[in-house]
Amino acid sequence: MELRFTDEERAFRQEVREWIDANLPADTRERMASGRTPTKAMQVDWQKRLYAKGWAVPHWAVEWGGQPWTAIKRFILSEEIQSTPAPSPLGFNCNMLGPVLIAFGTEEQKKFFLPKLASLDLWFCQGFSEPGAGSDLASLKTRAVKEGDHYIVNGQKTWTTLAQHADWIFLLVRTDPGAAKQQEGISFLLVDMNTPGITVRPIITIDGAHEVNEVFFDDVKVPVANLVGTENRGWDCAKFLLSNERTGQARVGASKERIRRLKLIAKEAPGGARPVMEDPRFRSRLTDVEVQLKALEMTTLRVLADENRQLSRGKPNPASSVLKIRGTELQQAISELYVMAAGPYGLAAPNDPEADGRNEPDVAQDWQTLAQATYFNWRKQTIYGGSTEIQKNIMAKAFLGL
Amino acid sequence: MDFDLSEDQRLLQDSLAKLLKDKYGFEQRKGYMASATGWSREVWAAYADLGLLAMPFAEDDGGLGYGAVETMIVAEQMGRSLTLEPFMSTVVMGGGFLRHGATAEQRGAMVPKIAEGKMLLAFAHTEVQSRFDLHDVATSAKKEGDGWVIEGRKGVVVHGDTADELIVTARVAGARRDRDGIEVFLIPADATGVSRRGFKTSDGQRAADITFDHVKVGAEAKLAGGLALVERVADETIAALSAEAIGCMEAAKDLTVDYLKTRKQFGRAIGTFQSLQHRAAEMMVCLEQARSMAMLAAMTASEKDDAERRRLMRAVKVEIGRNARFVGQQTVQMHGGIAMTMEYAGGHYLKRLTVIENMFGDMDHHLAALSEEGGVFVAA
Repeated sequence: MELRFTDEERAFRQEVREWIDANLPADTRERMASGRTPTKAMQVDWQKRLYAKGWAVPHWAVEWGGQPWTAIKRFILSEEIQSTPAPSPLGFNCNMLGPVLIAFGTEEQKKFFLPKLASLDLWFCQGFSEPGAGSDLASLKTRAVKEGDHYIVNGQKTWTTLAQHADWIFLLVRTDPGAAKQQEGISFLLVDMNTPGITVRPIITIDGAHEVNEVFFDDVKVPVANLVGTENRGWDCAKFLLSNERTGQARVGASKERIRRLKLIAKEAPGGARPVMEDPRFRSRLTDVEVQLKALEMTTLRVLADENRQLSRGKPNPASSVLKIRGTELQQAISELYVMAAGPYGLAAPNDPEADGRNEPDVAQDWQTLAQATYFNWRKQTIYGGSTEIQKNIMAKAFLGL
Repeated sequence: MDFDLSEDQRLLQDSLAKLLKDKYGFEQRKGYMASATGWSREVWAAYADLGLLAMPFAEDDGGLGYGAVETMIVAEQMGRSLTLEPFMSTVVMGGGFLRHGATAEQRGAMVPKIAEGKMLLAFAHTEVQSRFDLHDVATSAKKEGDGWVIEGRKGVVVHGDTADELIVTARVAGARRDRDGIEVFLIPADATGVSRRGFKTSDGQRAADITFDHVKVGAEAKLAGGLALVERVADETIAALSAEAIGCMEAAKDLTVDYLKTRKQFGRAIGTFQSLQHRAAEMMVCLEQARSMAMLAAMTASEKDDAERRRLMRAVKVEIGRNARFVGQQTVQMHGGIAMTMEYAGGHYLKRLTVIENMFGDMDHHLAALSEEGGVFVAA
């Protein structure tokens, strides 16, 4: 048992840090540091730089552009990206679809899509949830009927994150409505967003942001060659994808960055008789969150260090479920601390010239106007990607035998 | 970065688990608790045979030269079985003071006896006013000739009633709450002027209230290190207590999950109810977060940078306390009435976890101090 990083790992961290400093455009860094999500152009530009360096998809098989790294080395890269902060490689491409294609895709699909996923030449979005299929994902109704060498897709997806930027969508569709179990009649399709019959309608979330969308499919023709895996076995791909999704959701590096920044902000933030940071109640709450985050950092490292054995066991480490549950709770807790630090000036809604074209002087400091918006937005964390309640159902069944 | 146990460490874990399986069933434990000493000399002798009492001492002193990871392994097993013997007092605390503060001569005389199970130690520190502050010491040590005269009263000295040697904090200079002027003394429990009143602790262990009335000791009784020594040993003890808490929490979680599967109400196992399933899952989240911190504690217990070690150990104690409280309380809640009884192990885990939470600083104590020291993640 040994906690220290090796000399090689420490040198790698230094190399990553220096490379990011030299390559991350100033406007991207500034926008990320403010707590906003990157614009599409920033995301694409940055991921192309990572791709050129060989760092966009280190966790993929080496033949498809991955790196022969240990899990710890990959963790160091992603932690450095998060703590700069710089945009992380697009999750839909790199953490969700890429690994599914490597595991289930045809040779042609891999050759065509994998390099474009890694380089972000193609931006994918995720078409899973439907108005009637949220936590009960397998009850989805979007239909795909095979006609010759095409599927004809009809139905509706919702909560489709960044569909407005996407070139393609990966979809779960029902191909056999008569299957004995609802999980058995589902297939996994790749669909070009420019195909006639697709309509994207924005959903504005409570923070005022346009992040998610409804996507409608009206007689959309999809070549049979875009089926991933076996027809009616799409649930296997979905389960595989969702289990990969969990480890990344702890986002400890990003939370550490948010905490460090909050400490600097709160030192200056007016708190009546003294700066907010000098209020012992605020500090104590903040420290309490830090303590939990430290524990989560250790849990993340435990899961990563156990990764190889996990593969041979064929069973995830029980600690991996902790990552999604606590990771998202802590992200939310940090967003609450920002709201508390902002106080009354947190009432001002954010002014985002890029979004609404206004260019008035701000009525409050940038971080103050973002505090409540981020807090509202981050309520989603414990809902998407398998809500906390779904995670606990899984734990009770898989690990506790209940 | 490696969280695995070595082959030897696994062997240690297995052999202790086997010993405790034989000797420490819940009914056997009740018998030990009811005995005059409140714990088992026979089990203590078995620990000695297994080498557990020699573990932390250097080989030159007659020990095995093991580190904090081995202590973690042992303490976790003891937590599972809710053992009552003075391992924490004699080996972890006593061992820490001897290793870091005693002369080679003192260690040479004491370690072999401790290793054989023939000498017990206890740490006499807490005073009626001190609460969790390690620097709050009213007991005095005054120079007299070459030696010292100790005057004062120490409370809740865990296993102080059976100890042969007491490790006592006393003030040689300064005011009651000064950080300077504290020294640590090694005092035979049968020295003239030492009077002990033994009592039962809330979790069924033993402790003593000890008065030092003009107790004369020689110059060699003063260990080297002062308050820094006390803080170092306190941190090592927090690491060991954290591991013990993990053992308690894991056993309590297992007991609860088994109960959820077998207890039937409304015609079905209560574990089929989602509200209980989710709480059991939350217990598991708490256990894993606490386990991560116990591992962090074991791996930082020997950290040379005192301030860094203190900060991390405070974080450990806070997180152990939080999660131990949830797991302990839910063990009782989800069992229902049965875990309210002395007859059943469930409630005893809550009791032990509560005692651990209140040793060497509770959550509020460490949270306040840690927050004063700048928190866990230092701003750039």
